[in-house]
Amino acid sequence: MRAIISVIGKDTFGILAKVSSVCSENRANIIDVTQSVLQEMFVMVMMVDISDAKCDFSTLKATLEKTGEDIGMQINIMHEDIFNSMHRI
Amino acid sequence: MLNIGDIMETIKMIQNENLDIRTITMGISLLDCADPDIDKACEKVYNKIVTKAGRLVEVGEEISKLYGIPIINKRVSVTPISMLVASSGGDPVKYALTLNRAAEAIGVNFIGGFSALVHKGFSAGDKELIAAIPEAMAKTTRVCSSVNVGSTKAGINMDAVAMMGHIVREAAEKTTDADCMGAAKIVVLCNAPEDNPFMAGAFHGVGEPDCVINVGVSGPGVVRSVLEKHPDEDLNEVADLIKKTAFKITRVGQLVGTEASKRLGVPFGIIDLSLAPTPAVGDSVAHILEAMGLEQCGTHGTTAALAMLNDAVKKGGVMASSNVGGLSGAFIPVSEDAGMIDAARAGTLSLEKLEAMTSVCSVGLDMIVIPGETPAEVISAIIADEAAIGMVNSKTTAVRVIPAIGRKEGEELEFGGLFGSGPVMKINDKSPAKFIARGGRIPAPMQALKN
Repeated sequence: MRAIISVIGKDTFGILAKVSSVCSENRANIIDVTQSVLQEMFVMVMMVDISDAKCDFSTLKATLEKTGEDIGMQINIMHEDIFNSMHRI
Repeated sequence: MLNIGDIMETIKMIQNENLDIRTITMGISLLDCADPDIDKACEKVYNKIVTKAGRLVEVGEEISKLYGIPIINKRVSVTPISMLVASSGGDPVKYALTLNRAAEAIGVNFIGGFSALVHKGFSAGDKELIAAIPEAMAKTTRVCSSVNVGSTKAGINMDAVAMMGHIVREAAEKTTDADCMGAAKIVVLCNAPEDNPFMAGAFHGVGEPDCVINVGVSGPGVVRSVLEKHPDEDLNEVADLIKKTAFKITRVGQLVGTEASKRLGVPFGIIDLSLAPTPAVGDSVAHILEAMGLEQCGTHGTTAALAMLNDAVKKGGVMASSNVGGLSGAFIPVSEDAGMIDAARAGTLSLEKLEAMTSVCSVGLDMIVIPGETPAEVISAIIADEAAIGMVNSKTTAVRVIPAIGRKEGEELEFGGLFGSGPVMKINDKSPAKFIARGGRIPAPMQALKN
């Protein structure tokens, strides 16, 4: 199963490092990363494969949200299908 | 890889614009629970609901986490209870208490189906059930009731219309201490859909499968936000923007419905393409109309704007889902919509304008607070007008008015939660009593003869 992690907030150093270490600790395989500045906000989007993750989706979600709070960014993880169904026919 | 702009659009819709799945409603047939002994029938009803819908809330929450989209309500609709009363007899309130107990056990906030379908006349159980509605609404918190009094094919059962005026009043009187909440759980319908997932009018029709999942989507905030970004486009463009947005919203509903159906092992019925407002700021249908260019909802031009909105929502949504049904359109419940509340308070939005609006959108006069002294026959006449609009236009219409017992025009009722709050609206003070007292049936219109 693939999911999209989005990180939104004020740009600072070490964001990519922190989020990817959470992924690596939980065996979420990063497939693609892209980042941009939209309307003065730093936005990073990461596609991860969590088929072999060592924790369930809710736990990973909670861990990422906690990481977001620690670094002052908003982090979400959502199944890729919500984006596929909304933006692709 | 998906486009970063698309991903951010979805996240913004959910986090800033209140996009949500308004309800996952499981329809359950209770036909196999009928029993000549009412206590046995109640036991069967309880067991069937708890067995079929036991995991509904849990599954709804799992899906909500997985896709990151809030699923606000998990609900159940059942076969009209009048059909069980027909074979068991006895006090219908027993069924209401059973439904309430089952709803509490499985954790759903509402269960719909304390209903009767009497558009052409009454059969066994119907009158008993209708007479029991006020007590049932006063003694339960989660049970919703509906009565279908008319249809394009059958005409309008004016005896039932006359009866419902009294029932609505009585329900409000019995719940005066709870802001007349009893009346807020009763809907009087014409052309009631059998697969509607939205309360209070939801029931599980007899033509439906044994158990089914229906989904109601929402998203007035998303539509308003899109329109606000395009203040100067002409109405062709506006219609197109609404269609595109409705498509996206509905696709999410389709995804959630398919997943819920898979996880619960129950067939997926329909998506109800409705823009359902909530009292939350930014989640208002009135504000969409205002974003189109009206100074305030209810002014001249409101009906035209609403007609276009309603049509564009359907056109966009219908391609996004394999099966569309229920009410499908824009809802205009006054007390549940921040913009409507403001417009009613300001006097811009009148009952008459709302009636005109209901001829171009789903569903009807919804969540409207009327003066406490409104006589039953006036409520019946309001119902008759609305049923006539539904009957002639081959559409669903409904009336959910709340007589604010002990209060007058200008005062307010505070329901709380999704029901919101509403100012007491002005009604016409000339009497329709003689017309209502005639009873009988308004014959089906020419539109019924399509064969």
